[in-house]
Amino acid sequence: MIAALIVVISLAALLQFFISYCRSLLAAYGKVELSEQVREITGLEKQPVTGEEFKRVLQLVRLCPDRGDDGVQIRLVGTYYSLLDLVRAMMGWLSPAITGWADQERQSCSYFAAVALDRRIMHSRDLLAQQMPDRV
Amino acid sequence: MLGPLNYIIWLVAFLAEGYVVVRAFAQNDFLPYFSLNFYMFAVALASVGEYYYLQRFGFASVQYYYFYYYSDFLLTVFLFFAVTGLYEHVFREMKLSQYIRVGAGLLLVATAAFSYLVVLQHKGHLTGRFVVELGQNLYFVGVVLTYLLWGAVLKLRETRARLVQLVLALGIYFSASAATYALRNLFTGLEFLKIIPPVVNTWLPLAWAYTFTKVPEDARLATARLAARLSR
Repeated sequence: MIAALIVVISLAALLQFFISYCRSLLAAYGKVELSEQVREITGLEKQPVTGEEFKRVLQLVRLCPDRGDDGVQIRLVGTYYSLLDLVRAMMGWLSPAITGWADQERQSCSYFAAVALDRRIMHSRDLLAQQMPDRV
Repeated sequence: MLGPLNYIIWLVAFLAEGYVVVRAFAQNDFLPYFSLNFYMFAVALASVGEYYYLQRFGFASVQYYYFYYYSDFLLTVFLFFAVTGLYEHVFREMKLSQYIRVGAGLLLVATAAFSYLVVLQHKGHLTGRFVVELGQNLYFVGVVLTYLLWGAVLKLRETRARLVQLVLALGIYFSASAATYALRNLFTGLEFLKIIPPVVNTWLPLAWAYTFTKVPEDARLATARLAARLSR
């Protein structure tokens, strides 16, 4: 009985800590300004980032060389995005407020992915710059 | 028998633990976060010991079994001190350090006593039962302590991004561990549940390594906005 109670409470706490952790990551990335180049590449120069862009931008992130320091965070936010999709699909019909909230969160996830892409492009450029003098 | 995946998990965790400690020394961050860094140092040492016992006696040996679980419990006690350290960071301006330490100590004694009483009722299968029961209770106390700390962070509108992420990473670790142990307590026959603790153990060093490296001490987070979004 006690073990069952602990499972339920711990899983509820895990969900809440996980959501809050992801939000703290999204908030930190949300402060970063996107470069013109990334806006151009992702097609976000004329329109604001939408929640639907997340998977597409994430595919671009995966095409760039891994920096080795953001993989876990990208996976976490990816899981959070899937969770939001699930909430939107299963509970969206209950209230438009839920759909609105989930869309806003998904938008933050897309922005997170765009910032991650920006950082990886900069990293790739640095790598290239390091290799160029060797060639010369 | 352990496969390549188990060794990869072990190596990833060990490298992240070592990185946190070495980085703390190099950046003069060891003392400001002493209890957290001390815990990481102890975990790294335990990982080395674990590898030694694994190579010397084998995965199925009693020696490895005892070393793994009892070092895990000792590390959980060290982690309680790490939580106490985070409480001190959050309540620093209120000068409540002494009360926090006494409170955490009393809670630890109460948990040990409760676990002992539970085990006393199940004398017949003491060792296996004791390990899972104690793990479940210790980690659950960790969940409660971290949840209260997270509540205090929100209430006090704590804005230090590093502190917020350290607390949340700890909360994820404690709640995932408590749930796993409690599930093992409920379903003793499920072997795959034994694989989860080593995977969960990689989370904390990886998350803390990220936080200490990427989140500067002076970075601020609008926790108030985060709280507002939570309650929306």
